[in-house]
Amino acid sequence: MTQTAFTRTEMLPPIAPPISERGVVKWLRENLFSSIPNIILTLAALFAVYWLVSLSLPWFLNGVWHAETVQQCRQIIAETAGPDASGACWAVIRVRWNQFLFGLYPVEEYWRPTLAFALMFVAIAPVLYSGLRKPCTIIVGIAAVLLSLALYGLGTDGWHGFVAVLCLAALTAVAWIAPKKLVWVTLVFPLLAFFLLWGGSVWGPVSVAIAFGILGLAFVKLASARGLLVASLAVALLFLCCFVNPIRLGESFLSNLVYLASFGTYDYVLHFDLRIGGYDLTELFPLHSALSGYLDAKLPIGLLYVRSDDFGGFLLAFVIGITAITASLPIGILLALGRQSDMPLVKSISVGFIEFFRGVPLITVLFSANFMLLYFLPPQTNFDLIVRVIIVVVIFASAYIAEVIRGGLAALPRGQYEAADALGLDYWQAQRLIIMPQALKISIPGIVSSFIGLFKDTTLVALVGLADPLTGVRKFVLADSAWKGIYWEPFIFVGAIFFVVCFSMSRYSMYLEQKLKTDHV
Amino acid sequence: MANAAKMSNQNMIVTDEVAIQITAMNKWYGQFHVLRDIDITVNRGERIVICGPSGSGKSTLIRCINRLEEHQQGQIVVDGTELTNDLKNIDKVRSEVGMVFQHFNLFPHLTILENLTLAPIWVRKVPKKEAEETAMYFLQKVKIPEQAHKYPGQLSGGQQQRVAIARSLCMKPRIMLFDEPTSALDPEMIKEVLDTMIQLAEEGMTMICVTHEMGFAQAVANRVIFMDQGQIVEQNEPKEFFNNPKSDRTKLFLSQILGH
Repeated sequence: MTQTAFTRTEMLPPIAPPISERGVVKWLRENLFSSIPNIILTLAALFAVYWLVSLSLPWFLNGVWHAETVQQCRQIIAETAGPDASGACWAVIRVRWNQFLFGLYPVEEYWRPTLAFALMFVAIAPVLYSGLRKPCTIIVGIAAVLLSLALYGLGTDGWHGFVAVLCLAALTAVAWIAPKKLVWVTLVFPLLAFFLLWGGSVWGPVSVAIAFGILGLAFVKLASARGLLVASLAVALLFLCCFVNPIRLGESFLSNLVYLASFGTYDYVLHFDLRIGGYDLTELFPLHSALSGYLDAKLPIGLLYVRSDDFGGFLLAFVIGITAITASLPIGILLALGRQSDMPLVKSISVGFIEFFRGVPLITVLFSANFMLLYFLPPQTNFDLIVRVIIVVVIFASAYIAEVIRGGLAALPRGQYEAADALGLDYWQAQRLIIMPQALKISIPGIVSSFIGLFKDTTLVALVGLADPLTGVRKFVLADSAWKGIYWEPFIFVGAIFFVVCFSMSRYSMYLEQKLKTDHV
Repeated sequence: MANAAKMSNQNMIVTDEVAIQITAMNKWYGQFHVLRDIDITVNRGERIVICGPSGSGKSTLIRCINRLEEHQQGQIVVDGTELTNDLKNIDKVRSEVGMVFQHFNLFPHLTILENLTLAPIWVRKVPKKEAEETAMYFLQKVKIPEQAHKYPGQLSGGQQQRVAIARSLCMKPRIMLFDEPTSALDPEMIKEVLDTMIQLAEEGMTMICVTHEMGFAQAVANRVIFMDQGQIVEQNEPKEFFNNPKSDRTKLFLSQILGH
């Protein structure tokens, strides 16, 4: 038949696809039974899943939550599920719950880390959801409810519990009325959390806040009047002169150099300054120490001081993880920019820093943290172990973050820099408004991977004597005769909590990528 | 070009005031001598088209005018400001000179309106509301005000290039540079971009345009510069340039690009 002329007079209406091409049927056919090898693989996979579940499910289902020892646990399982049945002994987690969470933190002070944890959600909500009312209120509200439940469960005394819950309830109201104002909580949170966790006099953190306030104000005033460079230099000078004792700092650095150069045989400070016998950090920060000391004498307010040795479990993992995550991102950005800088000094310092810390194992750095940081501090300074570890982890993570961000920077077309230049934006404006928003967006998966790795690496601090969650398992469970023979349960528990945290980070990063996507047509 | 006939010439007056003065300028990429002994004077109100084979240095030349490229010898004075290593002078020149790129280079993470208001707000310190009003005025002018709240990725190439022109205009520049503005566009979209540029020329903007659109050159330019191997081979009024080219190299180039 030959093709003849044809004119359509009526357009065809759309009709639904045939039954085999839609819904569940289509999905099954396309994904599970599309070919003979695929059918075989599907059946094999189904069998493997069945086999694994049939092995482990009874163990989970026979689990016992209420028991005092492992023997009691086994007895209950034998009574309820038969003599040959296996079962999980979750009771160990119930009994050791507080140690898993807080380590050796004083029991009557449990409300403090709990409140700090709840406030952390208040502090990150406006950052994560850019001050949107609904998600901020939901997060803060949930934090408030969970805090009340947690404080009740921990048996906190009424007065502290009441104040803490009231505080969160007020913040929920703030989140609803003016969600953008929550950023103030974000700003004071570091000092607030420090005060809640470690305790001591309230005037220490307050005078730090005052110092930062003065320096920040001076910086803003100077930056608008004299430009960024002058302002940074002046504020750095002001900081050195007023808050740090430059003579002591220089002397301590010099004495360390002498000490090192003489291979430890000649201890300059001890030799000349036996009266003091080494310095204290208060001598390095004289104004701050004087201010807080004065205020403390006038009006002694504070909380019970908790030593870093008593921190443990997930409290420790969160303190190190969260601090390192928040500090390593800005430092990583600066390092990535430094690596691209035209200035040879800045460039070589950044490259050296990044390559060195990416080249050595974290454990090596953790071990030598003590030694390395003390080069820059007066001898005999008792430098807090947790702070030391945090500094090391931050340095380490920022080197990785810097490389991830460099990848993002490299992915940006040259034209973006040129367009920013051609419009007359200066370097920092171009970075802040054009380059970084795009480079960071590209780097989100890499940055979040680094954060997840960093959070899991907090378990390595066990090697320098801190009680991370896994140390908790060893110390409180494996070494306890009442729970001898229990291995799986505590490890599954610790693993599950790590999984929940890391998985949420991953899901959030996907939400963020979707939100920032602007190239859809 | 159809628009040529419709064009009114009343605003297209070349003044005696010098806008750009390039004297004995040389530039090297490493060992490669990319621009050789360039001398150009551009008066205010002039519309100059630069053409030439690829690799002749024409893009590099106009990129030197707002210091996206650094020259190593000679002098470039833009609006009375000499381009040296002094960052202040560079920023001053850049805020007076608008540039439109071959690949538009819009900021994909910002809406059209944000693309247009960014530089006025941060460089000129214009209040946000005023900057948005100016932006809408220029969007109207390039005939896409309804796209203000979309992202660049949602626009067609021609629309993006018109946004890029509007973005430069929002800085109220005294000189506009165009670096092959239509080379990355479909034939249908070339016209809408050229129309916008012709409109700009009619309003008396000083323009330097690297392009292969010879119709545009004939209609709008008051001078055509032909470059080859980093040097100016020929420059003349468009009529003379196209009808009576002097050098053999120009004749060859014109026969190749007008031949099909």
